[in-house]
This record gives sequence, structure tokens and C-alpha cells, in this order.
Amino acid sequence: MSLLILKNIFRIYQIGDIEVRALNGVDVDVERNEYVSIMGPSGSGKSTLMNIIGCLDTPTKGGYELDGMVIHQEVKDGTGIASDDQLAVIRNQKIGFIFQTFNLLPRMTALHNVELPLIYGGVPRAERLERAQAALEQVQLADRMHHKPNELSGGQRQRVAVARALVNNPSIILADEPTGNLDSKTSHDIMDLIDNLHKEGNTIILVTHEHDIAERANRVIHMLDGKIHEDNKKK
Amino acid sequence: MNFKEIFRSARDSIRQNKLRSFLTLLGVVIGIFSIIGVMTAINVLQQSVEDNMNGLGAGTFQVQKFPNVNMGNNWWKYQSRKNLDYKDFQRLLPRLTIVDYATAEDWRWNNTFKYKDKSTKANMIIAGITHNWEFTNNLRVDMGRMISQIDEENASHVVILGSEAADILFQNINPIGENIKIDGVKYRVIGVAEERGQRFGNSMDNRAYMPLTTYFKYYGQANFTSLNYCFSILDQDQFEEGMQEVINELRLIRGDKIGEDNSFEAWTNASLIDQFNQMTAAIRIAAAIIASIALLASGIGIMNIMLVTVSERTREIGVRKSLGAKRRDVLFQFMFEAMILTEIGGVVGIILGIIGGNVIAIIADMSFVFPWDWAIIGLVVCSGIALIFGSYPAYKAASLDPIEALRYE
Repeated sequence: MSLLILKNIFRIYQIGDIEVRALNGVDVDVERNEYVSIMGPSGSGKSTLMNIIGCLDTPTKGGYELDGMVIHQEVKDGTGIASDDQLAVIRNQKIGFIFQTFNLLPRMTALHNVELPLIYGGVPRAERLERAQAALEQVQLADRMHHKPNELSGGQRQRVAVARALVNNPSIILADEPTGNLDSKTSHDIMDLIDNLHKEGNTIILVTHEHDIAERANRVIHMLDGKIHEDNKKK
Repeated sequence: MNFKEIFRSARDSIRQNKLRSFLTLLGVVIGIFSIIGVMTAINVLQQSVEDNMNGLGAGTFQVQKFPNVNMGNNWWKYQSRKNLDYKDFQRLLPRLTIVDYATAEDWRWNNTFKYKDKSTKANMIIAGITHNWEFTNNLRVDMGRMISQIDEENASHVVILGSEAADILFQNINPIGENIKIDGVKYRVIGVAEERGQRFGNSMDNRAYMPLTTYFKYYGQANFTSLNYCFSILDQDQFEEGMQEVINELRLIRGDKIGEDNSFEAWTNASLIDQFNQMTAAIRIAAAIIASIALLASGIGIMNIMLVTVSERTREIGVRKSLGAKRRDVLFQFMFEAMILTEIGGVVGIILGIIGGNVIAIIADMSFVFPWDWAIIGLVVCSGIALIFGSYPAYKAASLDPIEALRYE
């Protein structure tokens, strides 16, 4: 059974009199432990798609199931959608985000940043610390856990973000241009790290502009004008 | 989201913006300081008034020509009243059936007492009193005796010295039976009063008490100055009735017409405290209004700073939401931050206010007051401010769309 099923997803913005169809009928299935990259020009709808998969945004119309859970259900008059708080819980339990700009909280140590999803998940303190430390070890940053983001290099910051995405054992890891702010050497390291996560059994969806990075995935989806233009699975 | 995490975040944020937090706090501090300071000062005064009143003894009331606390500009009205004289007092005495003790007195300031080659400064007070005065004014003697009815009838040249006066004139000598001189006139010391301490910061021991009749010989005509009458009723249940009898009889003696006001003032300790409270009520209200304005302004300051904080931390809110923060997690976080900010200001304001208000106690040598009630009110008011003015910014933060917030630069 698929881990993620998107059925006939529409995301329509009304800007004044103009109707913008950011997503115009998208159907995607992702299997467990798939490694998918999404490519496409600006405005093709790849970010909107990521936001909907990541439960940050809700579709105007269409159905979405994640890990056997119906998040948005297509009904006759549109979509039965989850509430803000339900979406927050799903983001907390099922999804790990890696952002282009890292999005670490600047005043907190690396460890505290990694702890955050567990804090919101109500994990007790002792277990939280243990899991956060384990996640930092997994990205080889155990020795930097008490440093604040401004004391870390770009690559190290992104590693902290990766650890944060991993820490709650999500069903799916979403990486939105994770190497966009990094030099090529560091990009390489981060992508190796993400490849490893895939090998360890995680499901990964990656948005990128760069072909060589997209090629690391075993499935590349090309988007254009709010639709899936090409969907190539490597054998 | 757990409480500790919320606290940690609020603390970090306040630390991060020390100057800004301090300035915001200052508004709260000033508002709370002004109200706590004024209320504490009034409490100190009130405490002191009550302490001093107790020296007069329960079941006692006084009659004078002038009101004790004169708030209006009626000085001429009071001045033109007929004096309360000794003759009226003597006519009054046989008519009273309920009052246990009735006394009359007059005072003279800035006198010098002499004994042989010793002399006091010119700061001594002479009191002309009738017998029984010890009962209406709680006067006690350490040695010797009180002024008797015979002393009063004969206008004897006898005095009871206050402890301070006795200490100055008679260091190692028993004063009883010795003669002192006041304004060249000889008086025999018949008693030394127990130390009475201070009332309203004035010594009550720099005195000589002599019979009122003797006093009249040297100090003013019997009808020139107006006397204080003092009445004591031991049975509390008969107090009101006894006071009314005095008022009624005195009206008759003084010829006050029916329907006219009394041509004198009668008051008890309790009515003095009431008057004091009436007087301070205006100050209390003024302080409350000023403090309310200050607190309103500080509340707006808090709202403003919280709005700035929320917009500065939009991105952080987006990140927190993407990691699973619910609306109420974000709401609590910012409410709590506003709460900590105002409560710190409140506590500082309360401490400064209590210290400030008690400065008057230190200066005037009155007892220190800690107004628990106002301290608690202060904290409640601060919480109220935080709730009222912190809720909109917190609501705004909680309502942010995570995508927009993450994109915010």
C-alpha cells in the first residue's frame, strides 16, 4: 500500500479577479522508502505541492492520505479538510522538514533546536534529550550540540536541521532545496547524508533545481503549470 | 507544550532585548509604584493616626470650638462662635447623668521652667486641667499624686511635671515637694507623670499640668481662650446616649436655637479616623486615577512591544508551527512573555512603592507598613494588563499562516 496518495489535487488562489491555479489536478502516489525528487521552473507548483504534502497548506480540492490516514478527503462540494491543530499534530508526528534556509531558532543551542519537535510532541525530558543527542550523533554533530546556530558553519547548520527532521521518526522527510544555500562541497556532504537516510529506510521527497542532485533520487517528477509533466522511475 | 519551555523562551526573549524590555517595564513600574507608594504612605499615616488616637482612650470624646480637621474655608464661622469657657463647663457638670468623667483644659506653648539654677529650654508646655483629667486622658503618675478637686477649688500653686521636664530639672533629686518657677511664679511639684512618648511626632512629656483655675490667674481670662472639654463614658453601650446628652445640654447652656447647627464641635477618636479617611479618600482616588492612566499607557507600551516582537519573530513562529506547535502553544508562549514582562515590572514597582511610601514613616518616626492588600492588588492588576494587552499580539502570532510566516524576511 502506498505511503502517500494525492488524488486530483487543486490549489487555487484568488488574487483580485484573477484565478491562479498553483496546482491544477495533481495525482501522485509515493511508496514507503521511495526517494523522489521534484523539479520544475519557478511557478510550476512544486513548492505548493510540497506545502500540501507537508500539511502546511490545504488543497482547494482533492484528497490526501498519508500513512493510512485520511488527511483531506475529496467530497462532492470540495474537500473535507483537517483543522489547523490536527495538521499541527500530523506535522509533528509524521513529517520532517529540511529547509533551504535551515530555519533554526537562533537563540537556542543545536540540541534545543533538535528537541523542539519532541517538546511539541509531549515527549518527557529524559527521553527527549536522549533522542535529540542520538539524532545529532547520526549527523556527526555530537560535539557541537551546545553551540548556537551562529557558532556553526552553513553545512553544520543544515546537519542540525537534518537531525531535527529525523528526531521524531517521521513517515516522510521533505527537503525543500536543502543545498540551495550551500557551496558545492558542503552540498555534496549534505546530499550524501540524505542518501544515507534513504538507505536506512526513510522516505524522502526532495525539491531541487539542480539536475545532478535530482539524479540521486530513484524517481524524478517534473512539474509544469501546476501539473505533473513527467514522472520517471528508475528501475 | 510544557511550561518550562514556554518560560525558557520568554526569558531568552526578554534577555535578548534588555534595553527594550527595561523601557517597557519602566511604564509598569511607574504605574504600580505610584499607586503602591501613595497607598503605603496613606497607610503609614493612618496607622500613625490610629496609634495616636489610642492614647486618648476608648469611650472618650471631645468638645471644642474648632473642628479638629478643618477642610473648608469656614475659619471665620468657627472663630465667631462663643468660646467654650469654664463657666459653661461648671454649669454643664451637674446636668450630666451618663458621663463618668468630664474635664476641661487649656494649653500654653513655649514656656521655660526653672528650678534653682537649672532651666529648661523655652519649649515647655503648660496645661491647665480640671481634676479627673487623668481619667479622660490616660495620664498616670510615676510618683506623687494627681490634681485634686481641692487643688482646683483653691487654685493651688501645684504642678505635675512631665517626665522630660522632671529629668531636666531634677537629675538626682526627688522632685516631689520641691518648688519650680514658671514666669516667676512658684509652684510646688506634687507629681511626676509617667513617660507618654510622642504623638504626631511631638513629645508629650515636656509639660507641667496645673489646676485650670491656677492657670487662669496667669494665662488669659477664663473666657478669652476657648477650652477643650473632654468626656469619658465607661459603658460602651451608653456612649452614644451620653454623647447626645452632652450635646443637648451644651446647646441649652449656650443658647443654640432649634434647627441651628451646634455652636461647637464634638468628636470621638473614631470620627477623627473617619475624617482622616474622608480627607485621604481624595488622595487615594487621585492616585488611583494617575496610576490607571500610567498603567493604561504601559499596557499600550506592552502591546506595542509585543506586536514588534511578534513581527520580528514571525519566522520563528513559522518554524515552530512547521515542527508541530499548535495555535495555543504559540498563543501561550506570547501571552506568557507579556505576563513575565508585566509581572517583573509589577514586582519592582511594588517593592519601590512600599519603600517609597515608607520613607514618610522613616522621616516622621512612624511605624513601617507593608500593605499586603495593595501588593496583591498590584500583582492582579499586572496580570490583568498582561492579559488585556498581551492577548491581541499573542492571538496575532497564533493565527499566522505557517507558510507565510516561513517565507517572512
